[in-house]
Amino acid sequence: MSDPSKEWPLWEVFVRGKGGLSHRHVGSVHAADGKMALEHARDTYTRRMEGVSLWVLPSAQIVASDPGDAAALFAPAEDKVYRHPTFYKIPDGITHI
Amino acid sequence: MENALPPLAAYAARLGDDSLILGQRLGEWCGHAPALEVDLSLSNVALDLIGQATHFLGLAGAIEGAGREADKLAFHRDVMDFSNCLLVEQPNGDFAQTIARQFLFSHYQALLFEQMAQVEDERFAAIAAKALKEVKYHATLASDWVVRLGDGTDESKARMTTGLDWMWRFADELFVMDDVDAAAIAAGAGVDKAALRADWDTRVDAILADATLARPAARRPVLGGRVGRHSEHLGHLLSEMQFLQRAYPGATW
Repeated sequence: MSDPSKEWPLWEVFVRGKGGLSHRHVGSVHAADGKMALEHARDTYTRRMEGVSLWVLPSAQIVASDPGDAAALFAPAEDKVYRHPTFYKIPDGITHI
Repeated sequence: MENALPPLAAYAARLGDDSLILGQRLGEWCGHAPALEVDLSLSNVALDLIGQATHFLGLAGAIEGAGREADKLAFHRDVMDFSNCLLVEQPNGDFAQTIARQFLFSHYQALLFEQMAQVEDERFAAIAAKALKEVKYHATLASDWVVRLGDGTDESKARMTTGLDWMWRFADELFVMDDVDAAAIAAGAGVDKAALRADWDTRVDAILADATLARPAARRPVLGGRVGRHSEHLGHLLSEMQFLQRAYPGATW
């Protein structure tokens, strides 16, 4: 095994496809810097399609929620119906909601 | 050369041979690059180049009109009939040497295809327009690595310097004009390569300055690739590339 401390850091890759509305996490790449991460992400995840937007960010910069805290973090909203905008009629013309 | 092509076909074949031979060279890196991601980048560039070769050699065969298609031209010609520039057939060496070759060649190709995308002959213009998008990416990729290696560690700088030094004497050939070029320009398909030199120098010098690398000293240019006089490397490359087609000529695959 190679020494992990000598490897390039990990970057998370987010892609917004042609006509896509938001960036979606698609995977990760190893790269020495952001520019290289973008190039690698482009090769690995987009096959260089045109009209695609790419974001990369160092994995170390991501703060994730603890699965153990899921109940405390996400449950309270469920029994508070006033938190859910389900009482409104949405006009037919509205998409992407 | 008994298989000599008419001038415009020869012009297309030169373009195809450049891409084909460099694509073959980059294919040799597959699974051996310094990192997984770099492996993927080099393979990607190789695939782009093989695609260009398929188009240009197909066009060469069509212009010749003797029933030779891209595969026939790629696999059934010998060293003397290949007209690629000497730069692309040079051995990969270490990563820096490969990057040096790519850097010099991709900037040339980018300038060439920018012009060719505007020529009258729609067949050449269309292939060049498609290839231009690819080679701009190749040029950026190679330039980034020239800067990273040149402005990296003492070791990487030394290797980048040596790599450029190896490839430099083959750069002049890229801009040499001859009868085939003149015929292609007259036919509305060719580009004045000699006129690209100043822009190429500017681009290359800017990257070298960024990379804190000195421009290699000018030296006697090595020429001959365009008329089938190649370095000792091409024969070995072809024997590997063409083995199957030589052993089973005419096989379908």
